[in-house]
Amino acid sequence: MGDGPDGDDIAEIGETDIAGDSDGLEQNDGQRFDRLPETPAERTVEGRVSREEVLEYFADRFDIPPETFDDHTFWEKGAGKIWIYAGEAPTPLAIEAIGMTCLRTRQEHWKPTTDFVQRFGTHASDCVIELEGPEARRFVAGEDQEIDRWDGDWGYLIATHEIGSDVAPMGVGLYVHGELRSMVPKGRQRDLP
Amino acid sequence: MEPLERYRPIIDDFKAFLGACERPLPSAVRINTITASTERALAMLEADDVAYEQAEWNPRVLRLETASPGSTWTSFHGVTHGQEEVSAVPPVVLDPQPGERVWDCCGAPGGKATQIAARMDDRGTVVANDSNLGRLSALRFNAERLGATSLAVTNHDARNYSMKPFSFDEFDRALVDAPCSCEGTIRKNPDALEDWSPDHIASVSGIQKGILRRAIQTTREGGTVVYSTCTFAPEENEAVVQHAIENEPCRVVDFDLDLKYAPGLTAWEDETFDSTLERAARIYPHHNDTGGFFVAKLEVTA
Repeated sequence: MGDGPDGDDIAEIGETDIAGDSDGLEQNDGQRFDRLPETPAERTVEGRVSREEVLEYFADRFDIPPETFDDHTFWEKGAGKIWIYAGEAPTPLAIEAIGMTCLRTRQEHWKPTTDFVQRFGTHASDCVIELEGPEARRFVAGEDQEIDRWDGDWGYLIATHEIGSDVAPMGVGLYVHGELRSMVPKGRQRDLP
Repeated sequence: MEPLERYRPIIDDFKAFLGACERPLPSAVRINTITASTERALAMLEADDVAYEQAEWNPRVLRLETASPGSTWTSFHGVTHGQEEVSAVPPVVLDPQPGERVWDCCGAPGGKATQIAARMDDRGTVVANDSNLGRLSALRFNAERLGATSLAVTNHDARNYSMKPFSFDEFDRALVDAPCSCEGTIRKNPDALEDWSPDHIASVSGIQKGILRRAIQTTREGGTVVYSTCTFAPEENEAVVQHAIENEPCRVVDFDLDLKYAPGLTAWEDETFDSTLERAARIYPHHNDTGGFFVAKLEVTA
């Protein structure tokens, strides 16, 4: 993972797998949950990220302290779809769901989910953009908008707004070329007064 | 309303009962303490100009003065969840503790399962199961929206539930919020009684017995099982619990609940039930201006 992607790169964000050394490594089985290995050295499935890399990503990109996740484990089901879970379970595990999807990997720029940001985003202090009233409403309605004042990294940001004299994280926005694109999925979008 | 006539002999102030059944239900939400404290949630509602009233028996249950509780900032943030006031009762009676293993046998659409996770500070394992794959997607959506990371979701028939997928072989607690004839939801669904028939009650009662027995079998000695329905029919309530105490190692125990309710029945038509069934609660719509509900708490004894 690099730092902020540049504008041309980000438009190309796709589902391309990171080319891996496939020697002796298994393929991901999309029908079950597998717990992430602790470190890259313990990897047994091609292209699978490790817990260490996930914690590094959240710390490097959003300054979320790694100890935030001391009571959680990370899992992959579906290539690149990372789940965060607080309960007990053996690996591998073939059930419907555990915890929540938190991160999309196996693409050039990793992307946290809206649900993850709403749950853990208060721990973030970097790549966080606070939106004003009308901007926040456009964001949750799923609209893209021009925001000139941001001079931080481009790429995926955590969007927050102030409500009840404190800030609350709303979700993920993709910032490129002075524009913030709302990544709030359709089913979570709202038209709020 | 005709099917409800048969409850005239067991309900005090039957006229008030029928009157309440005809009134629409107030809109209620539960504060999801996984994502915000109660104080924070109330501050957000005030900032959003949404008037609320806290339930006396549970400060995390609010009646909102809005026609669309889903179109609020707190709902978007996963801080409030639309949930009928009385449907927040079973997790309170279950009283799960952080770190425990809890099974919600009939977990969709997830209001009670996420409430259980919240009461455990989202620490431990809450296995939310449902046999209906369609309803399971609502459960999954709500679990993620409310940030319940301690939830595991399974799709099986609870009556022959297998512990095989897990690394443990018994639960500390289980909630059986059973599929039922839903008479108590008449205020929310005016056509709830349309398919009412004694045959339907008899068939659903068989399913309820099977689920409750399996819940007791999978819960450790000394553990707790809560049985609840949103119906008045004794065949689906006291008779199901009676069947469980006759066939599985368990007993009915008391619980504290700061709501008005009537005790469980010890007789219905030509059947009699154990005197401990009086420890169960029958919550009627006119008692607290809610939907109707039945809840019983069991302790597993072996």
